[in-house]
Amino acid sequence: MENLDNTIGKPQSFYDTFERKPGKDKQIVHYCPGCGHGRIHKLIAEALDSLEMADETVFVSPVGCSVFGYYYFDTGNIQAAHGRAPAVGTGVARANKKGYVISYQGDGDLAAIGTAEIIHAANRGENMTVIFVNNGIYGMTGGQMAPTSLEGQKTATSPYGRDIADMGAPIRMSEIIAKLDAPVYVERVSVSDFKNINKAKKAIHTALKAQKDRKGFTFVEVLSACPEGWKLSPVDAIKRLQDVMETYYPLGQYKNELETRPTKAEPLPRPSDKDIMTALGVGDKAAIINVTDTFVKNFKEQRVRISGFGGQGVLLAGTTLGNLAMHHELAVTWLPSYGPEMRGGTANCHVMINNSVVGTPVVDKPNVLIAMNGPSLDEFENTVEAGGTIFVNSSIVDKKVKRTDVKAVYVPMTNIAEDAGIKKAANMVAVAAYLSYSKAMDLNSLIDLLKVNFKKKELVDANIKVIHAAKEYVEKNCM
Amino acid sequence: MSEEKTPRVEIQPELCKGCELCISQCPKKVLELGKDLNHMGYNFATYKGDGCIGCGVCFYACPEPGTIRVYKKIRGDK
Repeated sequence: MENLDNTIGKPQSFYDTFERKPGKDKQIVHYCPGCGHGRIHKLIAEALDSLEMADETVFVSPVGCSVFGYYYFDTGNIQAAHGRAPAVGTGVARANKKGYVISYQGDGDLAAIGTAEIIHAANRGENMTVIFVNNGIYGMTGGQMAPTSLEGQKTATSPYGRDIADMGAPIRMSEIIAKLDAPVYVERVSVSDFKNINKAKKAIHTALKAQKDRKGFTFVEVLSACPEGWKLSPVDAIKRLQDVMETYYPLGQYKNELETRPTKAEPLPRPSDKDIMTALGVGDKAAIINVTDTFVKNFKEQRVRISGFGGQGVLLAGTTLGNLAMHHELAVTWLPSYGPEMRGGTANCHVMINNSVVGTPVVDKPNVLIAMNGPSLDEFENTVEAGGTIFVNSSIVDKKVKRTDVKAVYVPMTNIAEDAGIKKAANMVAVAAYLSYSKAMDLNSLIDLLKVNFKKKELVDANIKVIHAAKEYVEKNCM
Repeated sequence: MSEEKTPRVEIQPELCKGCELCISQCPKKVLELGKDLNHMGYNFATYKGDGCIGCGVCFYACPEPGTIRVYKKIRGDK
């Protein structure tokens, strides 16, 4: 809704409707009655409105009550792992130099688990604005003690009150951040009464403006009430905010070098891809295989799941396939999934290969499944896309593929490897069998890759033997 | 039109969680908690209908983004 000149209402940097839940409550935030987050959200949205920054801003939500920031702010949005918002924000700020980043974090997120991330993002002077919401408690999880909880404060995990001798003193983050060289603006404000809310509004505006002017790292700590966590009514919570929180955490500017500090300097240029290639001694082109543009253009996406016992070389089969794809100038990701044991457990990996950009590295609907053992077939058979192919290691797996809408290729992988002289190379048989059957990539290039990857000549020769054996078997029995 | 120019506050009853922060912070004490419940089960804040100066304190006191809209006094208008 547009704000007319003579009205004060919902800022435009919020979405018109909040689509968090089905049902009709699409105009309210999910916070408890009297929560400070909503007030702070409004101040941020107003600042984004007046600075016209929303379209270029990425809002990084933390873990905590404010995890759902992305349902509210009509900006770009990312939700980061607990405490990692400044690290994620660093990536966004550096990759998108024309954009802006807001890292919105609570005190459990920023002052406990994310201490390292905030200190180093501040120390590097990343061009971002951190809004640090300090209510002195872990609100979302039910009111546990935070590093910022006050002395004597009773919480779920400090039932006798916070004992400083035992648990340390409440940590004052603004003071710590202000002591670092790089930050340009650090202020602590409080969303208690109108006077202080106004100061908070100004501080958030100043910080975002500084970011817009590319001044570097800005930090606004906002003291905020958590009526539920403090077990007070909203009105009493505001009283506690004023009488107790604002006493221990003095409000004010801890650093303001906006006038004296120039625009943040550009870092030295990074070495180009070509420089790196040259430094590594591989010439200006890393790929050892020559592919045509037509090959890349016509490449059909391969979503491969390879699964088996730990020790069967399942993960290595995945990296081999991935490396081969890279040398074909394809986009590829490899994602392993395995237990802590080196041998004897189960392992599987996801390999995504396509000709442009890989979105998710997770292969939940493979069009290629390589099942190196029975449990793998049981677990993943039904995930394969209709029309896909399942390669079964028939040396170990007696069962047949039950589905009729997929192709089943049975290859005695372990036996072929054993006959060729290296029992452990069943994984290479799997890769070679897949390539021979699907012709997704040239099998000869796999041999070229081995010659580069393996230093020992006898190993190369043995593996070449394995690859040829696999190819012969597939061409004779499976095509 | 003269009615449009009078400062006033609009509170959406179905978007109010009854935290009373607007009521406690209103400098003119022109807001009150109603007796009725909204669909969420909260008593919601209402404007008494007279005395609003359009200062906006209640808007910033309210934790909800769009529950309150304040119509300020138009400049030059008496």
